[in-house]
Amino acid sequence: MEFLQHYWWIIIALLGGILVFLLFVQGGQTLLYTVARTGDERDLLVNCLGHKWEFTFTTLVVFGGAFFASFPLFYSTSFGGAYLAWMVVLFCFVLQAVSYEYRRKANNLLGETTYNVFLIINGVLATVCVGAVVGSFFTGNPFRLNEMNQVAWMSPWRGIEVLFNVVNVALGLAIFFLSRTLASLYFMNSINHDTIFTRSKRQVLLNAVPFVVFLLTALTIILLSKGYAVDEEGNVTRVQYKYFHNLLEMPANTALLLVGVVGVLFGIGKSVCSARWRKGIWFTGIGTVLAVIALFIVAGFNNTAFYPSYTDPNSSLTIQNASSSEYTLETMAYVSLLSPLVIAYIFYAWRALNRKPLDIQEVKEDENAY
Amino acid sequence: MLYDLSATTLVEWSRWQFAMTAIYHYMFVPLTLGLSLLVAVMETTWYKTGNDDWLKATKFWMKLFGVNFAIGVATGLILEFQFGTNWSNYSWFVGDIFGAPLAIEGIVAFFMEATFVAVMFFGWRRVSKRFHLVSTWLVYVGTNISALWILVANGWMQDPVGMTFDPDTARNVMTSFTDVLSATAFNKFFHTVTSAYTLSACFVVGVCGWFFLKRRDTEFARKSILLGSVFGLISIALTIFTGDTTSQNIARTQPAKFAAMEGLNRGGNGVGLTVFGILADDPALPSKRLKSTTAAITLPGLLSWMSYRDCHAFIPGFQDILEGYTSHEGKTYAPVQQRIENGQRAMDALRSYKQAKKTNAAAADSALAVLRANYADFGYGSLSSPEEIIPHVPLVFYSFRIMVGLGFLFIVLFILSWWYAKKRQFNRFKFIPYLALACVPLAYIASQCGWIVAEVGRQPWVVQDLMTTHVAVTDITSTWVQVTFWLFALLFTVMLVAELKILCSQIKKGPEV
Repeated sequence: MEFLQHYWWIIIALLGGILVFLLFVQGGQTLLYTVARTGDERDLLVNCLGHKWEFTFTTLVVFGGAFFASFPLFYSTSFGGAYLAWMVVLFCFVLQAVSYEYRRKANNLLGETTYNVFLIINGVLATVCVGAVVGSFFTGNPFRLNEMNQVAWMSPWRGIEVLFNVVNVALGLAIFFLSRTLASLYFMNSINHDTIFTRSKRQVLLNAVPFVVFLLTALTIILLSKGYAVDEEGNVTRVQYKYFHNLLEMPANTALLLVGVVGVLFGIGKSVCSARWRKGIWFTGIGTVLAVIALFIVAGFNNTAFYPSYTDPNSSLTIQNASSSEYTLETMAYVSLLSPLVIAYIFYAWRALNRKPLDIQEVKEDENAY
Repeated sequence: MLYDLSATTLVEWSRWQFAMTAIYHYMFVPLTLGLSLLVAVMETTWYKTGNDDWLKATKFWMKLFGVNFAIGVATGLILEFQFGTNWSNYSWFVGDIFGAPLAIEGIVAFFMEATFVAVMFFGWRRVSKRFHLVSTWLVYVGTNISALWILVANGWMQDPVGMTFDPDTARNVMTSFTDVLSATAFNKFFHTVTSAYTLSACFVVGVCGWFFLKRRDTEFARKSILLGSVFGLISIALTIFTGDTTSQNIARTQPAKFAAMEGLNRGGNGVGLTVFGILADDPALPSKRLKSTTAAITLPGLLSWMSYRDCHAFIPGFQDILEGYTSHEGKTYAPVQQRIENGQRAMDALRSYKQAKKTNAAAADSALAVLRANYADFGYGSLSSPEEIIPHVPLVFYSFRIMVGLGFLFIVLFILSWWYAKKRQFNRFKFIPYLALACVPLAYIASQCGWIVAEVGRQPWVVQDLMTTHVAVTDITSTWVQVTFWLFALLFTVMLVAELKILCSQIKKGPEV
């Protein structure tokens, strides 16, 4: 049972990592009027992102579905409790889903500019809110579970209060600037347009600096403050430097985090310093996935409550008390064996579509262009 | 007990929000399910014959598919997460079972759709013809696998099997995944999918009817009608067959829903099928929720035969269910009042078990035995009166008849369309293209009516016999639910209007290579 719970937490961490990486689509949407200056350039950016927006969307849905199947107590507690926070996230993803398809279609009711604004709203809100919610995995949430494991949320703000915490906000802004950095690297890789390449390269630097600042701020506070530790009886108490101890007590995971961070910084650094290097997205992207996996493991492994309650610590969720039954975890573990196949066909199709960088001419000639 | 929040307004708003999202979502899903297959067939024909007319047709219908697909994805996201946001007690109570199909849907189907829909739309110049064709087929496979898993989840709510109750965590846990893949689930899947194909066929034939009325692109339209009407005929035949098996299943597992579909107050042996009837209040009936059927046209013995393939089989009406009855299979059901008491006993026992398990093992074991003995009626403990098991009869009764009646109209449409398109005389009688055009909205109405029968008919249960809707709801102030309800209502309506305008515009442009 313990193995399966840990296995599923790693799957969740992997999905979380991929989701944060794929938020480059959202980051790119916030750059529509920065990297692009003309309508043609904007169309080029939108179509470049448009080949990938479904992956982010789908990963979000699968992330939710996998959490539901493997840790249903998190699903019921967080989604039911932090109602408004999740609704904001969902609302802005709905805006995104139609905007690509509708923006340049004739008779689209709202006009192209409105759909572009929808994409920007999605880009800002989704990244900041997802980052802030992940921050609350470390800073805690105001809830209590009754003896039937039903949630009572102790704040009238129903999840919006995650934005009242400086660490959550810093992490939200870190994800926001990271997504813009990743998007700039993606544009450099996937678009054949010298001006966009140059502007994207500038954006890498402009966004990487605040990303690093906000991430370091959040991590420093998290590592130096109290974390939520679980004892052998399942009682949860706040322990000073808990997350820092987790780094020390799980050296392999710390190494994973460092490799991820180095990958992120290498991709950024070489992209900025080199004249024509286009591969930064792969290093920074893979680095992001690894770093996020490591952070999820810090949040959930080593007798740590992954979704703590600061109003009633003993209601905190751990990978032990929040998980599905052994039978369900095992059944789903068999299903998860399909993941390599899924990753393989995604990789194959991605390569097939990205073999040649996109240019304005192709967008103009494509009758399905966004 | 699982706490009654005593907040009618909250439950109502939560139900409205879920129903609104589901209705909007299901405006777009059926076309996605069926049109993806038709597009794949068209592209295959082009691939095999090299006839560019089929390429034109493929690209035309693919564009309409794309516009429809995007909004289906958008509304589907809200639907999936609402299980958590608005029905968190439900999510915990059965999440161990219900979450699995949703996760499988994501892993197996959503990634497939997302990956290959991008190739389908943007791969024309970037991948080989063969790879493109395979991608189009995989979009079809992905959309339909997605439907399979969400309907497995829905089917399980209507016929909860393959699980046991764990008193320590106060939830149901899965004991058999193969049992969860029940006959109810597969009936539901096949009936839903074949009816979605029927709707898609109506859409294709209806849009082509418009081309005939405008006397343009008639050869393209004729070919699409031929394909669409044959596809429609096969689909409606399968819809009728799966509808029959579905109703047999409902007769066994959800007798109250079955009684609502038929407006059946007092059952018996050899019950007739009400083809038509008007429901009216009747003070002689024991509950205001019950209605008597006037002006009824009934086919004797047919309901019994359709349910059990036996003209004399016993079918319970609402009054039989309320008073207790023995089913055709010989299983005895206690009166609902008795079941309410059993349910309350089970809930009390759960509470006693929770209190005693740390201090008094014997008392805990005793409470557990009571809980186990009464667990089949657990959900009844949340009911305040027996008549609560009666759903909204007129809504279910009329929706069922509208759905079935329109289904038979579609058969007429497909036969006429196929025959006259084959003879190259589709516009010989003006009423045929007009009928085709009219059947587009009618197909959507039939489709929504089907869901009303399924979902309103199962009230008050969110999980049949185990959890009522008002217990399942998230504990939240109804104001927030009202806010999100209106927000999404506005957003979805704007999106729908935009979609319709874009669709009309794309249709007016017509096929082009």
